[in-house]
Amino acid sequence: MTIDRPAVAPVLVFGWGNLSRGDDALGPLCLEHLRDALAADSQVECLDDYQLQIEHALDLVRRQRVLFIDASLTCQTPFEVTLLEAAQDASFTTHAMSPQAVMQVFCTMRGESPPPCTLLAIRGERFELGEPPSADALANLAAAQKWALDWLRAPQVQRTPDCVV
Amino acid sequence: MNTSLETASPAAVTQGLRRVAIDPVSRVEGHGKVTILLDANNHVQQVRLHIVEFRGFEKFIEGRPYWEVPVMVQRLCGICPVSHHLAASKAMDLIVGASPVTASADKIRRLMHYGQMLQSHALHFFHLSSPDLLFGFDSDVNRRNIVGVVQAHPEIATKGVMLRKFGQEVIRVTAGKRVHGTGSVPGGMNKHVSAEDRALLQRDVAQMTVWALEAVNIAKQLHAQNPALYNSFGSFRSNMLSLVRADGAMDLYDGVLRARDDKGQIIVDGANDQNYLDLIEESVKPWTYMKFPFLKSLGPDLGWYRVGPLARMQNCDFIPSPLAEAERREFIAWGQGEPIQATLAYHWARMIEMLHSIEVIKELLDDPAILSGDLMASGPRRRSGVGVIEAPRGTLIHHYEVGDDDLVTMCNLIVSTTHNNQAMNEAVRSVAREYLDGNELTEGLLNHIEVAIRAYDPCLSCATHALGQMPLDVALVGADGTLIDRVIKSQSGQLQRDLASAIGLPA
Repeated sequence: MTIDRPAVAPVLVFGWGNLSRGDDALGPLCLEHLRDALAADSQVECLDDYQLQIEHALDLVRRQRVLFIDASLTCQTPFEVTLLEAAQDASFTTHAMSPQAVMQVFCTMRGESPPPCTLLAIRGERFELGEPPSADALANLAAAQKWALDWLRAPQVQRTPDCVV
Repeated sequence: MNTSLETASPAAVTQGLRRVAIDPVSRVEGHGKVTILLDANNHVQQVRLHIVEFRGFEKFIEGRPYWEVPVMVQRLCGICPVSHHLAASKAMDLIVGASPVTASADKIRRLMHYGQMLQSHALHFFHLSSPDLLFGFDSDVNRRNIVGVVQAHPEIATKGVMLRKFGQEVIRVTAGKRVHGTGSVPGGMNKHVSAEDRALLQRDVAQMTVWALEAVNIAKQLHAQNPALYNSFGSFRSNMLSLVRADGAMDLYDGVLRARDDKGQIIVDGANDQNYLDLIEESVKPWTYMKFPFLKSLGPDLGWYRVGPLARMQNCDFIPSPLAEAERREFIAWGQGEPIQATLAYHWARMIEMLHSIEVIKELLDDPAILSGDLMASGPRRRSGVGVIEAPRGTLIHHYEVGDDDLVTMCNLIVSTTHNNQAMNEAVRSVAREYLDGNELTEGLLNHIEVAIRAYDPCLSCATHALGQMPLDVALVGADGTLIDRVIKSQSGQLQRDLASAIGLPA
């Protein structure tokens, strides 16, 4: 299958959001920064999309660890980091899934645990079409980017999440 | 056809009618609300699908340079960005005088479009609708989701993921990137498909064809196993509108506009998409931000219509690919000489279109024009351009005017879900009349209403320019304004009765 790529980078960074919806751009903006900063690093692959969906479970295959990046209205300022567990939440029923739900799809499709996945949620305030990111959100982004680079450059051993198939 | 749903005025409430509100609808993108107006005998009198948010697409586009538009419109909607990308490109082709575009550009764009059709239809059928269809509308909500499908039918769910992923790969190799594609530009395309990418896709296309055929058979079997339900659920008569090729063939990328009436007779044919304003008008209702398009020749009461797979399947004379054409003939035969008006038949038609999309993709991958040849065309500059495309959910219209300074001065979009606005209202009314009983709001009723709306695969974020979460809120209001019952269904499917807070319904 084309979708089962023979070689993938061990680390995946996946950001999502809409560049034209105010602070929803934080995910893709952070990803752009990391992509530029890590351009020479073959161990890290940066992917983005408007939102998470079922097929993104396939992007987790054969990774050693994954960093999800999204804007959030509810996380702490300037950002919040969470080690994720696969979960069957109601985002299964919409066009946009949570990273936990994507991990659950991985579990159920492949019958094995997904790689360790960490969520970097960056605090945003406004998500209006056509608006640029707010000044506060950009300050949060700068702090998050610094944390993400440190995280990606540091060798880490993370626990593999539990998987209920 | 009738339009009694349009008569639900506040005055009606004082005449012994009452409202049921459902807000919003899960597994549908955006933020919607349904209100059902009951009479004193608990019979459904009227139904309205409300849209409660509005964001100005047109203002987002106006003032931008025309060459930016095919890229920027992808940000209007995270669900169907490729459809907007290509509809805008087609409109801007006319602005730059590229009419027609080159053969290579046309074929690469078609490849991109049919990849979009494939991935969108796969997601909708396998992951948004199959839980309802495979487990039943009344089954446990904790099971009625894609994980439930994976557990009970792992092979079906996995094929759905693979089909969607394949469609995404087709988009990637034609648009240049998985998202924010820049491949299609005013006047043509800016890149060919690489031989390496083509080979990767060709390796998998035969398997995808087999799986798409299996999906058609699943949809077909669902109808055969329970014809009474599938023929009657959310069924109503309507006109139907779509593009067709000039010779009457199904064409999802380009063509002329055709409409049939509720008896299946052609009432509009060969209409130039540049003149869509001569054909279609939009009415506005005070209770919703979403407009109501109708055929001008028939007027607003009789001229509303359906778009999307059900309309396309029956509007065309044939499908120009053998496997899908055989399935279309079987589909048409199901109607026994009458147009198929059943809402659930959208799923069957959608899967035939998915099969057709794979067949088209295979044919285009074998065409050397996608690998080489001129990509750009040009000609005398024009001020106005209309791009019409059959998006996964139905006809999508982009209309722009561009000034001498290259900036967009006017933008008008009519998206697929807006075309289906009245039809979705009719579907909900049909279902509510059958399943609403007495003073209690049941989970079964909510499920059935959701199923009816979901069959249209509405993209409310696209139609109303909103993104939202999907809890479900249903309120039953007596003729005197008293809240009789209210049920809130959380995203996890839990029901909670809440008679304390205001429902905040618009009149």
